[in-house]
Amino acid sequence: MSKTVLKVTDLVRHYPLPKESLFAKPRYVYALNGVSFEIKEGKSFGIVGESGCGKSTLARNVMALEPTDSGSVIIQGEEVVCKSFSELRPLRQHFQMVFQDPYGSLDPHHTVGRIVAEPLAALGKISTEEKNNRVKEVLQSVGLKSTDTEKYPHEFSGGQRQRIAIARALITRPSLIVADEPVSALDVSVQAQVLNLLKDLQDSFGVTYMFISHDLAVVEYLCDEVAVMYLGSIVEKGRTEDLFKSPAHPYTKVLLDAVPKPASGRKRERIRLKGTVTGQTEQRIGCSFQDRCPMAQDRCRRETPSLKKVGPEHLAACHFSQELMKEATA
Amino acid sequence: MTALALMGLLPENASTTGSVNLDGENLLQKSEAEMCRVRGNKMAMIFQEPMTSLNPVHTVGRQIMEPLRLHKGLSKSSAMQEAIRLLDRVGIPNPAERVSNYPHQLSGGQRQRVMIALALSCSPDVLIADEPTTALDVTIQDQILELIQTLVQEEGMSLVLISHDLGVIAENTDNVIVMYGGTVVESGKTDHIFDQLTHPYTQGLFAAMPKVGMGRGKRLTTIPGTVPDLINLPSGCTFTDRCPLASDICAGNIPPVNQMEGSHLVTCHHLQQAVSARSKGLYE
Repeated sequence: MSKTVLKVTDLVRHYPLPKESLFAKPRYVYALNGVSFEIKEGKSFGIVGESGCGKSTLARNVMALEPTDSGSVIIQGEEVVCKSFSELRPLRQHFQMVFQDPYGSLDPHHTVGRIVAEPLAALGKISTEEKNNRVKEVLQSVGLKSTDTEKYPHEFSGGQRQRIAIARALITRPSLIVADEPVSALDVSVQAQVLNLLKDLQDSFGVTYMFISHDLAVVEYLCDEVAVMYLGSIVEKGRTEDLFKSPAHPYTKVLLDAVPKPASGRKRERIRLKGTVTGQTEQRIGCSFQDRCPMAQDRCRRETPSLKKVGPEHLAACHFSQELMKEATA
Repeated sequence: MTALALMGLLPENASTTGSVNLDGENLLQKSEAEMCRVRGNKMAMIFQEPMTSLNPVHTVGRQIMEPLRLHKGLSKSSAMQEAIRLLDRVGIPNPAERVSNYPHQLSGGQRQRVMIALALSCSPDVLIADEPTTALDVTIQDQILELIQTLVQEEGMSLVLISHDLGVIAENTDNVIVMYGGTVVESGKTDHIFDQLTHPYTQGLFAAMPKVGMGRGKRLTTIPGTVPDLINLPSGCTFTDRCPLASDICAGNIPPVNQMEGSHLVTCHHLQQAVSARSKGLYE
């Protein structure tokens, strides 16, 4: 059994809304409602869902970039929730993040060398010479030239900028990299290059990825395990093959069906999802997906389904998982 | 860029040759004042980023009313009525309230719906959608594309859909052109092209795309290099530097247009090799 790099238990995060009047009851956006999962060393864990279902909040909480309401996040055996900034600083070398937008996440005033070297400050004192060597080394490992250190971000294309962002995350030799939609701003052919790079880096450095995306094809390509999120909770979790072959939650099925297929013969029969994610600001009874679910029944409005085992290493929160899975195999 | 040229929205220092015919009139010869009467009226465009293409300091109602009052000469109150009807048409709940909202109060999908309402306002003959769904989620993308499809059918418009997502193209179009380095490298009926990917670039694009059901074992194939600098495009075939089939002839000579089945055209020197490489994959 390999080591667990990240263990998240019952993570809760609610954002208070501005009060409408002095005496009104405080209202909240329920962004995360008890999320639990763990990632083993050297594996990739994918998180999928629509915008507004709490994916990015989860990433920020795992990275300890904002205060968490309750629950625990243990990275390499160290609790990161409820730690002060100065306590967290030396721990940050073990977990790094790659952001979505390679145009916004690199400071345009700094040279690439300075951007990539910045996380090294968390390691304490190191000599300039070692710093330069490590920057060159890490730039080469992401496929850039070591002479690129003197350039500025605007001199690079979108794909190359994302390589710089990955280099910055890699320089402290972290065990966990949280990637929040790292390829969704890139073109198809560039996206393929960055995905291959991420895979190669995992093979050579053994890093663990927590990979957030709304593109299911990308997640299937890169991840060993997937969790599907809806309204701040995980509705289905399992090995990528199982989950894609026989989805046990209607939301997963709809998400899979919504991906356009690049093949001739254009009309497909499928269930389309109406509306958007709603109900982030209320806590209610029953299944969170009840409003938009094509198979919702009375029971779904009364009982909240819990995450149940539907197969080896495959969990789903739906009253009708068995029926759905039978349908998929038939 | 093609979309901007069609709409006559190119930067001032651009020069155009050739012709853009809409209903038998060449748009390139029209003056700016004349183009203003065509744009938004006979031709309308949906842009990629619904976040930045709406004006943040005007209500969405006012933005939809603008073309109505300009092109159709409606009064303020009847333009307002029409704006509410349009918002309802594109599936925005409570259109009468939403009409006085500012763009920041709407979600990404709703903003894209407002963009569509804007484009529809004067029932144009041609609707140009430039990557209308790249900034959106799969489920919202699905809804927006379905909306565009039904509107196009019901209003009898023609649709020009620009996208880098091959799946979106396959499911929503009748004819496709594949562009590279400012030229068309392959064109034809959508079904023909997806059945018989021929040009090395088209094959590369298809291979680079992660597909659901592909599994994790294989590596994604990539096209080596990057898109050429449009300032000094290579002479001859623009894809020469990145093409696995390239030979001496490609560098200096403009490739011939080969006709395949039906209206399927492929611009390549090495047609036979490209056809025989289909089954085994070009970029191994």
